[in-house]
Amino acid sequence: MADSTPQLGTDRVKRGLAEMLKGGVIMDVVTAEQAKIAEDAGAVAVMALERVPADIRAQGGVARMSDPDLIQGIIDTVSIPVMAKARIGHFVEAQILETLKVDYIDESEVLSPADYVNHIDKWKFTVPFVCGATNLGEALRRINEGAAMIRSKGEAGTGDVSEATKHIRKIKSEIRALSSMSEDELYVAAKELQAPFALVQEVARTGALPVVLFTAGGVATPADAAMMMQLGADGVFVGSGIFKSGNPAERAAAIVKATTFYNDASAVADASRGLGEAMVGINVSDLPAPHRLSERGW
Amino acid sequence: MAGSSPLIGVLALQGDVREHELVLDALGVAHVAVRTPAELAEVDGLIIPGGESTVIDKLTRIFGMREPLRARIAAGMPVFGTCAGLIMLSNRLSDATHDQQTLGGLDVTVRRNAFGSQVESFETTLHAPDVTDDGVAASFIRAPLVEEVGPDVRVLATLDDGRIVAVQQGNILGISFHPEISGDLAFHNYFVGLVADAVSSVHA
Repeated sequence: MADSTPQLGTDRVKRGLAEMLKGGVIMDVVTAEQAKIAEDAGAVAVMALERVPADIRAQGGVARMSDPDLIQGIIDTVSIPVMAKARIGHFVEAQILETLKVDYIDESEVLSPADYVNHIDKWKFTVPFVCGATNLGEALRRINEGAAMIRSKGEAGTGDVSEATKHIRKIKSEIRALSSMSEDELYVAAKELQAPFALVQEVARTGALPVVLFTAGGVATPADAAMMMQLGADGVFVGSGIFKSGNPAERAAAIVKATTFYNDASAVADASRGLGEAMVGINVSDLPAPHRLSERGW
Repeated sequence: MAGSSPLIGVLALQGDVREHELVLDALGVAHVAVRTPAELAEVDGLIIPGGESTVIDKLTRIFGMREPLRARIAAGMPVFGTCAGLIMLSNRLSDATHDQQTLGGLDVTVRRNAFGSQVESFETTLHAPDVTDDGVAASFIRAPLVEEVGPDVRVLATLDDGRIVAVQQGNILGISFHPEISGDLAFHNYFVGLVADAVSSVHA
């Protein structure tokens, strides 16, 4: 008779939760009220944080894990999954978030890194992790460390979708390139990607990452979300784009609709009507290099 | 609707649609993604996947799928819901959000996220003798539980402690877990049998 002892924190249940989020929109929220608005608008999960990336960018200083009271308040308010951010490499912030019973930890470049060499050893945790990546090698290094979901980084807090486009295109095109290689070319490919050979082999065989791939960083309109989906994302994160806009509840619902019917331009057009002001935004090209969050993490 | 080879739809508004499609591929069954009433009209049976039940509920209403789905279910179309799909098919929720609706069909009361947060998610092996003689590999991910069942509802599987995780009422099948994540074919195979029976009884 097969074993019926429950096994917690397996790869399948960690990666499986991300599978359940596919086709959905994950929204940044800084209060329980915003979390409720996001849930009512059709968010598939919320990301609890103290300041949205646009404010982190505007105010500067060191950005850290949010106050546990704030995260707890949001967990108590909504029934959808709650994610929260830990600094890159800050395994104690991650331990704290696990005790708070968040559903996913985002080891995020939006916060100030705590370790410029090592990321968190994510295999040690029962709670799953999502990590950012700008290319396939970075994605596979994070998966090798135990990430159960990947999001392309984009440039958070800008409302400029160009970096998100660049990163999802890069990851997708590198996957396609692996798929067309012969087996004996994969050794050099692994070297060049700086990624573990076994994962490179797996991607070449399946033509996909072994975990769910969302996109993030600069998505501000229904059309932005639909474009990310057409480029092959499994879903989208929207950070500052919702609660830094003129009408958050309507914009949130509109982005949800556009993410579902991303291939139907008339549905995306309908979703785009009458939303008022989008977030003002900053052009990524105007950002001095030290202020580009996507360059954090390696 | 074809006579001999049934077409199974997977409701593709949000959730783990692809994993269900992979299981149906493994069983060699024809399938199609369903997002519109026109697509729904073409299928002989429907799978409602795992996902976020509050979101799937909203999207069925926003895109005019709620009434067509209720009509097909009431007319006896076989439907199979996993996790969020079970929630959508239950007549009563013990902890719905303030505006949450279900499609209904199963005379059961379901509690969402009954095990707690993601850190309580687990894998186990279940026994469902009416479905298969083998153990069923099951992933429970922020899973719901069936708290009460009406007289016409058959319990197909429970956890070791007796809590109900799989039910059937007529042509409607609802389970708390994800065999599609574990790659277990037994429940899908059982559902394909329900669809084939329903199709042949129509054409008989």
